[in-house]
Amino acid sequence: MRDAKLERGPGEAAVLREGPVAGGGCKASRCGSSAREDELPDAIREKVRRHPCYSEEAHHHYARMHVAVAPACNIQCNYCNRKFDCANESRPGVVSERLSPAQAVAKVAAVAGAIAQMSVVGIAGPGDPLANPEKTFATLRGVAAILPDVHLCLSTNGLALPDHVDEIIRLNVHHVTITINAIDPQVASRIYPWIFYDHRRIRGLEAAEILCARQMEGLRMLVARGVLCKVNSVLIPGVNEDHLVQVNRVVKAEGAFLHNIMPLISAPEHGTAFGLSGQRAPTAQELKAVQDRCAGGAALMRHCRQCRADAVGLLGEDRAAEFTLQKIASIPVQPDHAVRRAAQARIEETRREDARARHAQEPPLPMAAPGVRAQVAVATSGAGRINVHFGRAREFQIYEVDAQGVRFAGHRRVDLKGEDAMADEERLHAAVCSLNDCAAVLAARIGAYPRERLAAAGIEAVERFAEGLIHVSIRGWFHDYAGRVERGETVHRTGQDAPLRQGAYVVA
Amino acid sequence: MAYKIVGSQCSACAACEPECPNNAIREKNGTYVIKAEKCTECIGYFDDPQCVAVCPVEDTCVVDSSYPRYQAQV
Ligand code: SF4
Ligand code: SF4
Repeated sequence: MRDAKLERGPGEAAVLREGPVAGGGCKASRCGSSAREDELPDAIREKVRRHPCYSEEAHHHYARMHVAVAPACNIQCNYCNRKFDCANESRPGVVSERLSPAQAVAKVAAVAGAIAQMSVVGIAGPGDPLANPEKTFATLRGVAAILPDVHLCLSTNGLALPDHVDEIIRLNVHHVTITINAIDPQVASRIYPWIFYDHRRIRGLEAAEILCARQMEGLRMLVARGVLCKVNSVLIPGVNEDHLVQVNRVVKAEGAFLHNIMPLISAPEHGTAFGLSGQRAPTAQELKAVQDRCAGGAALMRHCRQCRADAVGLLGEDRAAEFTLQKIASIPVQPDHAVRRAAQARIEETRREDARARHAQEPPLPMAAPGVRAQVAVATSGAGRINVHFGRAREFQIYEVDAQGVRFAGHRRVDLKGEDAMADEERLHAAVCSLNDCAAVLAARIGAYPRERLAAAGIEAVERFAEGLIHVSIRGWFHDYAGRVERGETVHRTGQDAPLRQGAYVVA
Repeated sequence: MAYKIVGSQCSACAACEPECPNNAIREKNGTYVIKAEKCTECIGYFDDPQCVAVCPVEDTCVVDSSYPRYQAQV
């Protein structure tokens, strides 16, 4: 109840009622970020083939799971209020179910038995996993013992990372995420008020210098020993938006295989230093602009959805509520390895078939209207198809399409926990606002009234691609759209922006 | 003198527990508490009381003046 209230505070409701925004100045946030997999070297692409967080395609097919075993932290971030989860790898204003390592292993076993697509188990908080090394490593050891096929991953602010590299290697941790919001201590000092290091609380520039140095040292050590490293950065307007382009270049040079730029989540009701000082969150187009400026540097990840520290599930779903400690008590403990292998083999077969279908069916991109670039929202529940009713979609996948092709651009969440009681009208309004920078929505079905509302906002409602493969359908739609723009029948929709939703992604 | 944890403030993050050189901190009913008899204010170990230095919530680990000041047994 507590978080439901926080997620939709008075500030946010006001934003939603203001209607679609046409530029900056809007304080709302949420959408994730996708690696264009073609930017990744083959060897790495193969390594992340089953990792939903790192492969944009995989995230339509595989599920990840986080276990919240690490409550303590060793730094303070201005976007974090430690009454809640860590905001780096999770979301502010959310409290995860905290588990002991033994409880976490039992929960992983239960989930692996119920969701065969679950291919990744990570520890991301609610504090910093490496500020809780015993709990973190005990959990990873336990999971590896019962599920040798899952990938283990870990997220950290990097301060303690150099001290734990040996254990990370010993446990065969597949991926490590380091949150690096700045490489210049001057910039970092505006984000981190203090660190706890060497038995002292250190503040200001000295703290920022130590943190930046430790992050880089940790990144180099892991890369040197062959562990995949991803870097997360929180985009904070007015603090690091230009600097992140430099961060991107440097982390790439140091060997990070992916860079995930996420929007700041900031609202006064979260009680964070930034929230209270009025620091605003970026808009969807501001986020995209920084992500686009980094093209050519470290491969960018655009499909991160900033799950909470105990998230469970596939795509927009969070099934954490099905696997609370109370409920797992009644679920058989041993996952069936044969069942998991068979299910995963089926997924791989579907992916191969879809890839073949994509090549066979993909209509050519129109040569007409060469300057036209559009954003399209897609309602999907996975498997790479347009298969969700507009009114039921809790999030949309946003794609960018032009004469060069179709590229994944991010997520847009439209629904939050606690909003089930929200009036349909308000919910529809929120959905339309959040898609304001899109030219069309492709869904399995779109009711007459939402269709009317979308049309009034200038967004095309398209259901003729129901059950179609996403990429093929978008090309089909764009072919038609570009033709209409060329012939002057449709006015090209451009220059719009949308607010990113505030609050945690939870459906619990 | 010893330190104490203001229960209503404590976020139960457990950061302080492993930092205490005297093992004086324990979880009790969802928050953390300091056993005053064991607390040495970190004198003889560190320059700063560790629970205060690591705690993310301001004014949560505070002086408990109902105890006399700890005298290091040199
Ligand atoms: S002041 Fe030092 S000895 Fe006392 S409880 Fe805190 S950490 Fe332990
Ligand atoms: S560090 Fe502070 S908030 Fe965390 S458990 Fe100790 S007293 Fe509570």
